[in-house]
Amino acid sequence: MSLKDIINNNLTYWVSADGPERDIVLSSRIRLARNIEKLNYPNRAKPAERAEVTKRVIEILSRQEQVKLHYMDVNDLPVLERELMVEKHLISPIHAQEGSEKGIFLADQENICIMINEEDHIRIQVLMPGLQLGKAWEIAGELDDLLEGKLDYAFSEKWGYLSTCPTNTGSGLRASVMVHLPALNLTNNIAKMLGAVSQLGLAVRGLYGEGSESVGNIYQISNQLTLGHSEHDIIDNLKGVTKQIIDQEKQARQLLLQKMEFKVKDQFRRSLGLLKYAYQISSQESMKLLSNVKLGIDMGIIDDVDSGVLSELMVLIRPAHIQKIEGKELDETARDIKRAELIQARLNM
Amino acid sequence: MLCQRCNQRDATVHLTKIINEEKTELYLCEKCAQETGQIPFNNNPFSFQNLLSGILNPELSSIDSVQPELICDTCGMSYKEFTKKGLFGCADCYETFSSKLDTLLKRIHGSNYHNGKVPQRSGGNLRIKKEIEQLRKELQLAIEHEYFEKAAELRDQIHGLVEKLEGE
Ligand SMILES: [Zn+2]
Ligand SMILES: [Zn+2]
Repeated sequence: MSLKDIINNNLTYWVSADGPERDIVLSSRIRLARNIEKLNYPNRAKPAERAEVTKRVIEILSRQEQVKLHYMDVNDLPVLERELMVEKHLISPIHAQEGSEKGIFLADQENICIMINEEDHIRIQVLMPGLQLGKAWEIAGELDDLLEGKLDYAFSEKWGYLSTCPTNTGSGLRASVMVHLPALNLTNNIAKMLGAVSQLGLAVRGLYGEGSESVGNIYQISNQLTLGHSEHDIIDNLKGVTKQIIDQEKQARQLLLQKMEFKVKDQFRRSLGLLKYAYQISSQESMKLLSNVKLGIDMGIIDDVDSGVLSELMVLIRPAHIQKIEGKELDETARDIKRAELIQARLNM
Repeated sequence: MLCQRCNQRDATVHLTKIINEEKTELYLCEKCAQETGQIPFNNNPFSFQNLLSGILNPELSSIDSVQPELICDTCGMSYKEFTKKGLFGCADCYETFSSKLDTLLKRIHGSNYHNGKVPQRSGGNLRIKKEIEQLRKELQLAIEHEYFEKAAELRDQIHGLVEKLEGE
């Protein structure tokens, strides 16, 4: 198999498929936290109780034809497979660790992933490419109805869905978008934007960086409040703010072209040059350069590479993916060399 | 962005503090965060829980000495342990700790009432109540527009639902 085929085989739906506003919004995610009445929550449950959760959910999901899901016990999965799922943002790092009765239900397309016995008994997650919060909510809601038809959820009239952590109480809904905001960063507007967004009940965090810093200008924006607001309002609020951020980012891109045309053009091409000819490269440096290249593509300055490179490569260049593609364990230096090779193969696709 | 305390190093720690229902945002560098004891800085995935227990604990220390400790009969979780972990042990913890939760949930969410989806099975009467509310609005409209037949129909529906509520 050629490296190109291997790359294509390792791409998950949300990184490779197209979606609305895909130039700036890489993905949309909906997560619902649900628990079953009369069973202790995972942090307090005995193995038998955790097994009961698994049993009940498997029973429901195996007897329906609405959506095809495969069940996996985390302990049965090789460590590398679990890490791949973390790198694809399908499961949390905590869920990837060995533990009793931790389960995963995954759709073929990997756009649906249900975690069993993570922090809550059930966490329904739907991941879509581009800005598709409404669609993701629809899919998650249908799955929720399907489970709820057979399970007695822990629910109170006053407080809604009784989640394990009080920060999820109420709707149990976490809606988020992953956005690429290089121009806001280059024009020094990112801090202002972060501040404004957090005034609106939303949380921003940088991806692939520590705290609010981001490597590769990728940020995740999500609702912080879950109680007192309807799911519809939470999603609408996030969607509205995301649209404004898209506008701001587009304005910043215009500004870059007006004020620093030669400088940014030079920077984009240098970044592409480094990525094309480096012999070894770290993931941090790759992310920085890929962000520049994507901006160059989206601004029409680089035209021989397609816009999907960033979302595809930001997952493919991570350690587990590189080792999966290479078919063996690699140390850091070996990974850096392989990473450069992989990026070059993808840039030429 | 730069650290708000020293204005020198990059702010890598983003803190949302809720004090007396006032939300403050803090952006600090790792060093300042440590020096001011804002959070025990480490890469522990549970550090968020520590942060949360910071929100919960000040309240606890004052009340704790006066009131007997609340303990959930079902899972054995005490309120003290809950504030440390930031996690409920079971659904009944909510009921057991209810005297403290209104304040707590309001601090976190700015609200202490659910206003979203209601499940068919465990939603109990809430679904019916919401339906009655909706029908009453329609009834009002029907009367305003003098659709009397429609109004009579709606009235019957509402009666039916109210009876169902009272019967349960
Ligand atoms: Zn500082
Ligand atoms: Zn309990």
